[in-house]
Amino acid sequence: MRLVLALLTMMLLALPAFAVDPSEMLKDPALEARAREIGQTLRCVVCQNQSIDDSAAEVARDMRRAVRERLSAGDSDGQVYDFMVARYGDYVLLKPPFKLGTLVLWLGAPLLLLVAASAIMLTALRRRATAPLPPLSDEERERLRSLLGRDGSAVAPSEARRSRGASPGSDKVSPLGPSALGRDDA
Amino acid sequence: MSRRLLFLLPLATLALMAGFFAWSLMAGRDPASIGSVMVGRPAPRLDVRALRDGDKPITDAMLRTGKPTIVNFFASWCTPCLAEHPLFTRLAQRDGAVIIGIAWKNKPEEARAWLAKLGDPFLYAGQDFDGRTGIDWGLSGVPETYLIDGNGIVRFHFRGPITEKDVRDTILPFLKGGKP
Repeated sequence: MRLVLALLTMMLLALPAFAVDPSEMLKDPALEARAREIGQTLRCVVCQNQSIDDSAAEVARDMRRAVRERLSAGDSDGQVYDFMVARYGDYVLLKPPFKLGTLVLWLGAPLLLLVAASAIMLTALRRRATAPLPPLSDEERERLRSLLGRDGSAVAPSEARRSRGASPGSDKVSPLGPSALGRDDA
Repeated sequence: MSRRLLFLLPLATLALMAGFFAWSLMAGRDPASIGSVMVGRPAPRLDVRALRDGDKPITDAMLRTGKPTIVNFFASWCTPCLAEHPLFTRLAQRDGAVIIGIAWKNKPEEARAWLAKLGDPFLYAGQDFDGRTGIDWGLSGVPETYLIDGNGIVRFHFRGPITEKDVRDTILPFLKGGKP
């Protein structure tokens, strides 16, 4: 058990391995830190999804050296990125720039979310704001009155059952259902 | 009606994605392709030591002679370079192509021995032992080949070995007309 714990602790303490060789590091720690920061955002051109700092490829090593040479020569971070993009294109950037060609990449997902959200909202709103029903026609009014009793006052279903076929039209199937109209005596 | 359309939305999305994946598979699109930003731009700086003893250094001037020029990065340790080598030999001998060969990350004596064994199709041969010129040319490895017109503009960039088809469809028309 203790051994397992010790092994687990060691695994947690393990740091990601960088391919950066001590011999290629710059003496100035500030410059080296900048080189590391840049190196982790530049894509190795032969290994797809590794940064040049993570890659042991020959070309990645050359690119790390080029980054350090540019920084030592006094280039800004932006100038180093420009140097690499001028040679390898936007491919070399792990974070693609925002421009016309990458518009779909950057805006596609938020746009899709917006469209989906507004579609859901629209249907919800439409469901709530259903158009008011048209007023009853004379015929419907007449039928309703006969269903409700002569004086127009409401007849409870239990009463309707008691008034033994008194109301005309009780033989018709009402929208209220047969039991409400005393179908038991028909 | 509009609600039914809403229910069709996931299906439509699925169809769209399936279509995209099918197209990706069929169209031969290579997501690993780096492409090249060099095409259409003046050739990068070229200033390297000669590979062969006694030759002059290889310089930019050799790319601006008014004649279309082929620049090929190679190495004796690279197998695809071996595969494309006969095509360069033929281009030089039969078609009179001006070819500049640069040995990339290759010990000069090994590159020289390789050329001595297989034949040397290069009018000029240089060495880029530390890969600095490779970085300037946007090289990702060997072999890579650039077609450069008489004014020193890069017109084509092959990543990987050239093939018979490349020679027929691109390189020979380029040598004749100055454009691929």
